Amino acid sequence: MEERELLPHLFRTEYRKIVAVLCYLFGIEHIEIAEDIVSDTFLSATESWAIKGLPENPTAWLYTVAKNKTKNYLKRNSLFEQKLAAEIKYNTEKTEEIEIDLSTKNISDSQLAMIFTVCNPVISSESQVALALNLLCGFGIQEIADAYLTNKEVVYKRINRAKEKLKSASIKIEEPTLADINNRLETVLTTVYLLFSEGYYSTSQNTIVRKDLCAEAMRLCYLLIENERTNTPAVNALFALMSFHSSRFEARINENGETILYQDQDETLWNQELINQGRYFLNNASTGNQLSKYHLEAGIAYWHTQKEDSNDKWENILQLYNHLLILEYSPIAALNRTFALAKTNGKKEAIIEAEKLNLKENHFYYSLLGNLYTDIDNKKARAHFETALQLAGSNADKATINRNIERIESSL
Amino acid sequence: MNEFLIVIHRDLTSKDAKPSPEQMQAAIKPFQDWIGGIAAQNKLVTPPKRWESEGRVVGQNNVVTNGPYAEIKESIGGMLTIRASDYDEAVEIAKGCPIIQWGAKVEIRMAVPTE
Repeated sequence: MEERELLPHLFRTEYRKIVAVLCYLFGIEHIEIAEDIVSDTFLSATESWAIKGLPENPTAWLYTVAKNKTKNYLKRNSLFEQKLAAEIKYNTEKTEEIEIDLSTKNISDSQLAMIFTVCNPVISSESQVALALNLLCGFGIQEIADAYLTNKEVVYKRINRAKEKLKSASIKIEEPTLADINNRLETVLTTVYLLFSEGYYSTSQNTIVRKDLCAEAMRLCYLLIENERTNTPAVNALFALMSFHSSRFEARINENGETILYQDQDETLWNQELINQGRYFLNNASTGNQLSKYHLEAGIAYWHTQKEDSNDKWENILQLYNHLLILEYSPIAALNRTFALAKTNGKKEAIIEAEKLNLKENHFYYSLLGNLYTDIDNKKARAHFETALQLAGSNADKATINRNIERIESSL
Repeated sequence: MNEFLIVIHRDLTSKDAKPSPEQMQAAIKPFQDWIGGIAAQNKLVTPPKRWESEGRVVGQNNVVTNGPYAEIKESIGGMLTIRASDYDEAVEIAKGCPIIQWGAKVEIRMAVPTE
């Protein structure tokens, strides 16, 4: 790796690890101190490496400097020493010197503890995602603002409010107990999936940030797989789901950052390695007797990796959507289910079912109706697409609908 | 919106029962599609379960016999609960039950709204 790329890379991989370890050590009240120490460590690295050149082992250098800075901070700040150091000493059963443990195991334990802290239901899921990006993924405020298509101010406030809430609720950063895992793993998975979706479905044109979000969500999920106690079938299913989705990342966005619809994608751009990875983890997920929504969604995503239309493919997708809706209703699943129904049972039956859905605020609903009426009643189809156009918000959605209208007009 | 109990009665006891086991097999997909369609409208409250066709019946003096009732041709084959605004809508939904064509009967009962 080139020297000038090394530091940003290390920032991406190591910042969050050291922050997690220090937060785990200091507790929720002192998150900012942990962040300051780590930021300061990277600042020292920038200065020192520019003058003296790269150290032999840059990561070890960062860890040593972070440790020293923490110790100095504790020595310097007597108030902090009295209040916090006493606690740490008590907790670590050390009497003389505070040990800052940056071993692989402690990093992994700290990150797991942090995931469960950040995904605490006292803060909204939106805040959980922002905080996860900031603390667990080392994303800067600007990067998060880019991903959310909002400004720094908004993100800054959201993150600070979330931190304050965690502090005032005295949430402990600690190893999750088995009960915590049982109660909260679902929330954790929801946040991880939201993080992924934020990147995958974002209307942001910034493809690099979007890919990063997806990669970070997968990394957090993999962290759960690596830990024996959180390595549940649902976690494996979610990882499989994200692998299948990611496999189409290159194929679903054109050079202008616009979405290319599934049926128009060049499947030679689908990433076979990620598809195989998805299969492997879906297979791992097929144990136990709990069928989570991630199993069903991963199954649906798996069938979408088969480009060729076959009755078998759409029948499986339809039944998986039926199951998914029985488990948990969502408008998008209802619409996709009806699309699959058209493929298996024919457009006429699907139109009857679609008209029962009554999702009159949803532009996808009218696009679905437009799609179903195409070649059956093209005038109706066009009218539905035009309603969809009025309801659609993003330019990408409008462009897609306009393409459909053009297609119909050429045949009217 | 009101809650409705949908009970599917079918012949489990006659030798030449309709729907027959073959017909029930053929009804699996239409049945799943029917339930999926209700769920897609966000009107499914409790999904149906698969119940064994054998059971127990407790009568007077704690007499326990193997069920279902031998003297009645229509036993409970399945049940679910749905949301609908009135009986008309609930009946429309129930008409979609794919085994009615083979003689099953679907009973619809509205939950009495709690005050």
